[in-house]
Amino acid sequence: MDLTLTEEQAMIQDMARKFADGELVPVAAQLDANKDYDLLKEKLKQLAELGFMGLNISAEYGGTEAGVVAFSVAMTEIGRGCASTGVTMSVTNMVAEVIQAIGNDAQKAKYLPKLCSGEYAAGSFCLSEAGAGSDPAGMRTRAVREGDQWILNGTKMWITSAPYAGVFVVWAVTDPEKPKGRGISCFLVEAGTPGLTVGKAEHKMGQHASATCPVIFEDCAIPADALLGELDDGYRIAVEELAGGRIGIGSLALGIGLAAMDYARQYMTEREQFGQTISRMQGPQWMMGDAYTELEAARLLLMNAACLKQAGKPFNKQAAMAKVYATEAANRACYTGLQLMGGVGYTQECPLERHARDARVTSIYEGTSEIQRLIVARELLREV
Amino acid sequence: MDFSLNEDQQAFVDSARAFSQGVLAPGAAEWDATSHFPVAELKQAGELGFMGMYTPEAAGGLGMTRLDASLIVEELAKGCTSTTAFLTIHNMATSMVGKYGSEALIEEWCYDLTMGVKLASYCLTEPGAGSDAGSLRTSAVRDGDDYIVNGSKVFISGAGETDALVVMLRTGAAGPKGITALLIPADAEGVSYGKNEEKMGWKCQPTRMISFDNVRVPVANRLGEEGQGFAIAMEGLDGGRINIATCSIGTAQQALEEAVAYVQDRKQFDVAIADFQATQFRLADMLTELVAARQMVRLAAFKLDTRDSQATTYCAMAKRFATDIGFKICNEALQLFGGYGYIKEYPMERHVRDTRVHQILEGTNEIMKVIVARRLLMEGALEVIK
Ligand SMILES: Cc1cc2nc3c(=O)[nH]c(=O)nc-3n(C[C@H](O)[C@H](O)[C@H](O)COP(=O)(O)OP(=O)(O)OC[C@H]3O[C@@H](n4cnc5c(N)ncnc54)[C@H](O)[C@@H]3O)c2cc1C
Ligand SMILES: Cc1cc2nc3c(=O)[nH]c(=O)nc-3n(C[C@H](O)[C@H](O)[C@H](O)COP(=O)(O)OP(=O)(O)OC[C@H]3O[C@@H](n4cnc5c(N)ncnc54)[C@H](O)[C@@H]3O)c2cc1C
Repeated sequence: MDLTLTEEQAMIQDMARKFADGELVPVAAQLDANKDYDLLKEKLKQLAELGFMGLNISAEYGGTEAGVVAFSVAMTEIGRGCASTGVTMSVTNMVAEVIQAIGNDAQKAKYLPKLCSGEYAAGSFCLSEAGAGSDPAGMRTRAVREGDQWILNGTKMWITSAPYAGVFVVWAVTDPEKPKGRGISCFLVEAGTPGLTVGKAEHKMGQHASATCPVIFEDCAIPADALLGELDDGYRIAVEELAGGRIGIGSLALGIGLAAMDYARQYMTEREQFGQTISRMQGPQWMMGDAYTELEAARLLLMNAACLKQAGKPFNKQAAMAKVYATEAANRACYTGLQLMGGVGYTQECPLERHARDARVTSIYEGTSEIQRLIVARELLREV
Repeated sequence: MDFSLNEDQQAFVDSARAFSQGVLAPGAAEWDATSHFPVAELKQAGELGFMGMYTPEAAGGLGMTRLDASLIVEELAKGCTSTTAFLTIHNMATSMVGKYGSEALIEEWCYDLTMGVKLASYCLTEPGAGSDAGSLRTSAVRDGDDYIVNGSKVFISGAGETDALVVMLRTGAAGPKGITALLIPADAEGVSYGKNEEKMGWKCQPTRMISFDNVRVPVANRLGEEGQGFAIAMEGLDGGRINIATCSIGTAQQALEEAVAYVQDRKQFDVAIADFQATQFRLADMLTELVAARQMVRLAAFKLDTRDSQATTYCAMAKRFATDIGFKICNEALQLFGGYGYIKEYPMERHVRDTRVHQILEGTNEIMKVIVARRLLMEGALEVIK
């Protein structure tokens, strides 16, 4: 067993770290305060130039073909710099991976280069609806075949990057007669298609520079060949892709947690009370030690899931374990870091309160912690 | 031992609840979003007696017990955590004036303060003196019938919007014994204010730095004796900790009520979220811990009211426990709302942001543990702290 990164993985991690330190850390507070989508898009473009928008996509389509482990370590570094940029990168990679996994040659040739090169600022993953979150199979958006077109009707909610995405992967019910989850298909819808409207962005607790919007389809006509994968096979695809996405979100959360603790650790060595630095007091030392221990455990769980996925082995259980643990450990780390800063941690003089707000949603999207636990339990009981 | 509310207490709770639901709750989200400090509503609270709850009656307050005040604060916090937290700081500062000010000073300030016509800040923390407040350096030097004040305070709640500053100052040697408390009019010459800090929560009340540049303050504005300031400040904080702990309890109660309603209404997988056993167990733990925390806060208030020699330790334990549990409950309630918990259309993320600071101020929770541990390692401590 060898836990060291390959030369290529280490190189990508290093590139990501330099980009995060040089390009993201300096603007992250501004992105948070101003919800500055233009600045975000500039950063996304730079990420694409580094090859980070298709880390797991074949070189034939402009991807980096670096594998899942490289994706995970890069995600963590970007998350360290700016969570809003990080989530956009994670979702865009996931969109590209769905297209690569089940798209036909024409679809791959058409969309993957645009996603990988940054011609599209981002891709969107449109699964959730107001009434269908943890239970996406309960979705109501419909796609009806009319001649050589599909007509989409319905409203998706919570769609990351919707205002600036070039392409939307959209799930819709194609056969309402079939049992729940068996009559859902997946489609590719380009931005600007008549009948597709992006609603106004939600006001969120954190991840402010990443837009989260409703996407409304009103008699939105798309060509027959916009069907992605097999007819009525969409739900299975969604479930499979989300398993990979979980490695992305877990890795992002790890980055946020590390950013918080690294900042607090530095501060502890400088701040004095009672005639000594906080870092000399055993209570704070152990708070710090426990936070880093949990983050390290999270990292190893993520690496395990990423290695399994990369090797083409089953990884569903491990990805769910990694996601729930990493996101919750990251939340705890952010609050520990904030606490170690004292009063200043609660203000925007330092990034801790932003890290805490940004980390919070990682335990909610791409499957809540409860849904991860449900998957873990189901997989464990299946093994009995 | 009787854990039920008496008639008077029930009446306080009813009037606080009506005010909280009718006046605070409807404004809370907007005040948070726009950083609006609800001065008019605080004045209304004054008309109901909530701005001088435990200030002595002779000074215009209601002279209530801390336990009764806690019952009121809990109801108020359900409506707006941040406004209520400020209100409690105002109550703390006002009671110090009422208890330790001269008759003339009380005459000049206390009636307006207890009515909420004027507002007060409590100024202890400095850039270099947070947890170690006893090392504060802002100085007051005697000059005839005046003190000349120089230095700065940070993180002062309400600063810039308040009228009276209760300030802890160094008049003597280093350490807690050289500290004196003065009431400084907020508009005195030489007092200036920093920018309103951008914070995670508590957004409807300003937090500012205050600088004192040769500010002349009459000796008559002194609270208590010279050198008594730190004792006054700490005494105030014992009660302040009950207040802040209660703000966490009230907010957690509100969050739990909202979550319980939501999980019964929200369906996924064709059943209510409340039908999942994981949800039920989580709710059961939330309620269990909330009740435990509330009882602990009330016990600490009772110890303070009965001048128990261990009151400080009880207050520290209650503050640590209730603010940790209160935050945890708000955070879990957010989780029960799923994605909706993360957006501002619902109050859950505000509850989380607002309660987070309760683990930090009025003495961080680490300092609470320092206080408790120091006491419990003394001989016989476990005989008297139970
Ligand atoms: C900022 C943000 C960005 C997002 N981006 C996207 C996106 O790009 N694309 C997309 O499709 N979606 C996106 N989402 C949606 C997200 O995936 C959902 O919010 C999430 O799946 C939860 O669904 P819900 O909000 O409907 O909560 P609900 O499903 O209503 O859950 C409410 C509560 O019930 C719990 N619960 C649900 N089922 C069970 C069960 N069986 N057992 C025990 N507990 C259960 C949940 O864990 C939660 O605590 C985003 C959400 C947010 C907040
Ligand atoms: C929104 C807000 C409002 C406030 N309002 C007021 C106000 O109205 N008036 C006022 O006077 N102050 C106010 N404060 C200040 C508050 O009381 C202080 O922030 C708090 O006491 C902590 O001090 P500090 O920030 O200097 O942290 P520090 O004392 O620097 O603490 C840093 C970290 O070290 C830990 N630590 C410190 N000493 C020890 C020790 N001996 N052992 C173990 N751990 C230790 C702390 O727990 C913390 O985790 C406010 C603060 C905030 C954020």
